[in-house]
Amino acid sequence: MLNILKMAAKNLARYRRRTLLTSILITLGVVAVLLFVSVSGSFKAMMIGQITDSMLGHLQIHRKGYLASIDSLPLNKNITQKQLNKVEEILAAEEAIESYTMRIKLGAMFSNYAETTNIRLNAVTPDRELQSMPLLADRVIKGEKEGLLAKGEILLPELIAKGMQVKVGDSIVLVANNKDGSVNGQSFAVRGILEGITGPGGRDGIMHMEDARELLRIEEMEVSEIAIRLKNIDQMGVVFSSLQEKLGAMTNKEGKPVFEIHTWEKLSPFYNIAKMIDLMTLFIKIMLVAIVLVSIMNVMIMAVYERVNEIGTIAAIGTRPGKILALFVTEGFLLGILGTMVGTIISLIAIAGMNASKITFDFGRQTGLQLTPTIDSAEVITVVLIVIGIAVLGSLQPALKAARMDPITALRHV
Amino acid sequence: MPLVEAKQLEKTYVSGDIEIKAIRGVDLTIEPASFVSFIGPSGSGKSTLLNMIGCLDPPTSGQLTVAGQDITKLDRNTAADFRGNTIGFVFQDFNLIPVLTVYENIEYPLLMVQKLPAPERKKRVFALLEAVGMADQAAKYPSQISGGQKQRVAVARALVTNAKLVLADEPTANLDRDTANRVIDMMKQMRDEFQTTFIFSTHDPKIVKNAEIIYTIEDGKLQRTINENGGNHA
Repeated sequence: MLNILKMAAKNLARYRRRTLLTSILITLGVVAVLLFVSVSGSFKAMMIGQITDSMLGHLQIHRKGYLASIDSLPLNKNITQKQLNKVEEILAAEEAIESYTMRIKLGAMFSNYAETTNIRLNAVTPDRELQSMPLLADRVIKGEKEGLLAKGEILLPELIAKGMQVKVGDSIVLVANNKDGSVNGQSFAVRGILEGITGPGGRDGIMHMEDARELLRIEEMEVSEIAIRLKNIDQMGVVFSSLQEKLGAMTNKEGKPVFEIHTWEKLSPFYNIAKMIDLMTLFIKIMLVAIVLVSIMNVMIMAVYERVNEIGTIAAIGTRPGKILALFVTEGFLLGILGTMVGTIISLIAIAGMNASKITFDFGRQTGLQLTPTIDSAEVITVVLIVIGIAVLGSLQPALKAARMDPITALRHV
Repeated sequence: MPLVEAKQLEKTYVSGDIEIKAIRGVDLTIEPASFVSFIGPSGSGKSTLLNMIGCLDPPTSGQLTVAGQDITKLDRNTAADFRGNTIGFVFQDFNLIPVLTVYENIEYPLLMVQKLPAPERKKRVFALLEAVGMADQAAKYPSQISGGQKQRVAVARALVTNAKLVLADEPTANLDRDTANRVIDMMKQMRDEFQTTFIFSTHDPKIVKNAEIIYTIEDGKLQRTINENGGNHA
């Protein structure tokens, strides 16, 4: 095998310019793929992190049918105290769950004493919310972040605060309908202004759970949703299935399930963007495969064509067809290795360079997001194996042609 | 026991509806350590006969035995192994591998075909380099040596495997007269030294003059002549 490798390397060195051009082409392809994967992967991970760690959590539990009517924020589809106890028992048994937070989602009339508008609010228990949504505090762009908020305080979404000309420390009034249809009003101090983010609930205000219960005259504990944070997002599928099975076993008198559980992917439109990124990555990989396949096949077809007489000679003096095949496949393999190695090294240097230069970008209303491209070794190994595999595959057809060549015909070739 | 024995050997090529009988019922016997020449006009079947003996082209019918092995129905791998171990080839255009040095070209069949250990390879290659007078050119590439030197290397490559038979197709066609003479002399010397049989397909009167047995091929048929003066060239 070593002799075949040496011989293949000598043959590649024979056509130096062609070998160089093909290797550069493969190198460029590898660099394009690895950089795209690292940058898009970093962007995706960052956006998913923003969404799950500041708003949605990894999983959410609601009463069955709540999500279908979420636009009207129905209070009569809240999870009751009794149901909540059962859910909490199930959640406590799941080791993969790091924490969870409970929310009452409500709509209210918002008044600054001069004007009135509608507002959507999440009522939360601040400690639990901060534990489950570690990036939430970062969304507070004005006002005190520490502790999120206290009873009697409210965090206003950026657009409403701007539209209603409300500042931190101002007093406002919320008026809401309770489940029975009666109206109640309460005044609050503006604790801070929240940055809006993409997706459901991204432009909702936040108030204290106890305030919401008072405003809505809810006596027993009840919540609209439970947002769950997992220790590791990679376990989401497993935990989802487990919870779905356990919660699905809880049925009402009609035998229908009481709860519904969703992953963040079902709740956020960003999931579609994430899928698009995955799809684009796939297309880029397909392009790389095409580049490698076409360039290697082209070079190897030329190599076979130019060396017909030589193939005839080595066949005549006793080289087995299998060895001739191996010789040409090894040439393709070495070309793949060369292009991949150089491409990988350049990509890793470029990724390190991008991280060092601290590139920032804006996404929607979020500005100054720092790009921190990373690439895991599994992705690098996958790309390397794909390129080398395709290089071997691309050289297989010309190599087979060489191996099957009739020595006499080959020797007569001029 | 004869080295090459053919009985009623035939080769027919089919091109569309046309059948071309290149070799017609040839009987032939060649003894070990012979210096044999196939002569005849172009298209007479010399190369076809040489290719069949060289296990490169199977006969259409008849019997053909080389070094005691029936070579009429060998598969591609067995045929390749047989060629690598028993037969050496010298080509009109030398056919050296351009990316290999003189040393590596001679070493190639030992390395890639016979898979001999390095010390044995080295010993044999240097012995042949000395024998063909190319020891001082071992590190050069084919592009750096003359035509006559290339053919010497080709002869060394053919003999390095301890081949019992060397087939040479027009080996002097691309050489000037003096160089051709030296190459023929060297081949004869090799025959004497290694007891290898040389079979030539040629138009070159110098080779014909040196051959001990001359087979004249015409229209696919063979006529044997013993050359009493074979080897006594001027």
